[in-house]
Amino acid sequence: MWDYTDKVKEHFLNPRNVGQIDTANAVGEVGSLACGDALKLMLMVDDKEIIVDAKFQTFGCASAIASSSALTEMVKGMSLSEAAKITNEDIANFLGGLPKEKMHCSVMGREALEAAIANYRGILLPMAEGEVVCECFGVTDIEVRRAIEESHLRTVEEITNFTKAGGGCGKCHDRLQELLDASAHQVKASIIPLKASRRMTNIQKIKLIEDVFEREVRPTLRKDGGDIELIDVDGDIVIVSLRGACGSCAKSRTTLKEYVEKKLREQVLDTLTVEDDRA
Amino acid sequence: MNRTIYMDNNATTRVAPEVVEVMQPYFSEFYGNPSSMHTFGGQVGDAIVRARAKIAHLLNADPDEIVFTSCGTESDSTAILSAIRANPAKRHIITTRVEHPAVKNLAENLHAFTGHKYRVTQLAVDSEGMLDLDEYEKAFSEDTAAVSVMWANNETGVIFPVQQMAEIAKAHGVLFHTDAVQAVGKVPIDLKKTAIDFLSLSGHKLHAPKGIGALYVRKGTPFTPFLIGGHQEKGRRGGTENTASIIALGKACELAAARMTVENTRVKHLRDKLENGLLTSIPNAIRNGHPSTRLPNTSNISFEYIEGEAILLHLNTVGICASSGSACTSGSLEPSHVMRAMGVPFTAAHGSIRFSLSIYNTEEEVDFVLEHLPPIIDKLRNMSPFWHNRHKS
Repeated sequence: MWDYTDKVKEHFLNPRNVGQIDTANAVGEVGSLACGDALKLMLMVDDKEIIVDAKFQTFGCASAIASSSALTEMVKGMSLSEAAKITNEDIANFLGGLPKEKMHCSVMGREALEAAIANYRGILLPMAEGEVVCECFGVTDIEVRRAIEESHLRTVEEITNFTKAGGGCGKCHDRLQELLDASAHQVKASIIPLKASRRMTNIQKIKLIEDVFEREVRPTLRKDGGDIELIDVDGDIVIVSLRGACGSCAKSRTTLKEYVEKKLREQVLDTLTVEDDRA
Repeated sequence: MNRTIYMDNNATTRVAPEVVEVMQPYFSEFYGNPSSMHTFGGQVGDAIVRARAKIAHLLNADPDEIVFTSCGTESDSTAILSAIRANPAKRHIITTRVEHPAVKNLAENLHAFTGHKYRVTQLAVDSEGMLDLDEYEKAFSEDTAAVSVMWANNETGVIFPVQQMAEIAKAHGVLFHTDAVQAVGKVPIDLKKTAIDFLSLSGHKLHAPKGIGALYVRKGTPFTPFLIGGHQEKGRRGGTENTASIIALGKACELAAARMTVENTRVKHLRDKLENGLLTSIPNAIRNGHPSTRLPNTSNISFEYIEGEAILLHLNTVGICASSGSACTSGSLEPSHVMRAMGVPFTAAHGSIRFSLSIYNTEEEVDFVLEHLPPIIDKLRNMSPFWHNRHKS
């Protein structure tokens, strides 16, 4: 059983500001069903940029609900510029602390708040543009670097506690360690050069692609109850069909582009593009 | 909150009062070492003989075929490592994707433990948690050393056809182990009629204390001890006997044999009432696992669009104890491997709740859960963005 503070328990059992603001002018949505938690934050901001109302809807565990409730209490009455300074640590502190494995719930709160402010200002957040490091939870290197710097993280386990990255299959642990090392030494991660193009027949391509699927891709996808089928190869376009859990997963596009395509480019031909047969 | 409604009996059970009573004298009165030459110790040895017979009786085995261990996990490790040592040249194991970590993690880490590279086939299950026997047949190769398949699944209660699977293994000349920790005491087991070579059981799942388990080893099956030490258990398990708990396990098995019918009638009736009640009163609630090929006491239900830990903690405030396959309850960030193996969609896997009953549950307790759970589900769904958006996508 988790060691929650009385304040976490109280905010979980009696959450404040649950609901929707139909006329909200700052809305931030983060998380997904697949990840196990999600938060939709709705703010009403007046013409002096003061947050006059805040409501939320959360899917998640006790600490996710408590963090959302705490966040809405904190931001009400603040100006947007004040709210922008709230960190995940502030949210956790408001609740008297969170178990370390649950710190990602406070990070989710801060991310939703940033998303809402960005939404109000009509700007795009840079997070989504990074390189996806953790396939399982769709976490980018930008998010990981930021968590390392802001919360002074030292280990892969701490990164997982704060961002969820590395909490699934564990394949990205080496990459996370690299990010930790890079931040410690202020050294930029090196970029691996792609293999030079080769000329191949379609039959050769199909055979090599099937090999990579069988050896690497399928075992990984099957761990999550998914699977992949090669449908066709048209020049450099590889058409596949995701099956099982992958077929209905919200992150299937990320899986195709960031994982499958990357594997094929590394091991078969660096000009290949992967497409979903339903697209 | 004073009352506790305990519906988490697949996690552990209450020690039966009758069991507590018979084990107590072995702490302060009959504390002798059963290996001693004097009568004072020897009488404890006699009591162990009687306890062993009771366990053998519940399983329809010979008392010589029962080895006492410290827990289900030790029984599993002993059996699987013993089986592969019997065929050191063979490097392939067949198991399933839904085994308890005691078997799953052992199989996955075998090469680290043994210094050899072992290949492991994990059989898939369908959406109802059932195995495909054709896939099982095809999994055998010349290299197969052992099969380990659970009798019943701890999360869903789904029962596997282990008798039939043991016959198939025997036909291939392969040793067969079953982790029957959840099945013993809940469904009839007649080992004389099967080809099973090893069977694991655990005391605390059938109203004996924690810290006692047993392993059935079929007569004539090659065996290597896991704990090496004294001559206890005829050299099959070193270490001074946990006498009080062995006596307790004997009594618990005697009670289980006598209560098998109650388990499959009254307990099953309560489980069905609870399950049907929840499925009818709560929309978007889905049963996980085969409806009938299942333990009589277990019900696993997913409540879509909400998360299991939140449900459990609300249940906790009204004194109801259950468990969940959600990620948050395990600390692993991913839903249970059983839910994932069954392909339970993410909308449902995170919100799965397991109720596991025992003979100590009452109809009034079931009514209490039926009264208190629906408003909790309502409250959490009202808070969930996905519940509000469920018709949009």
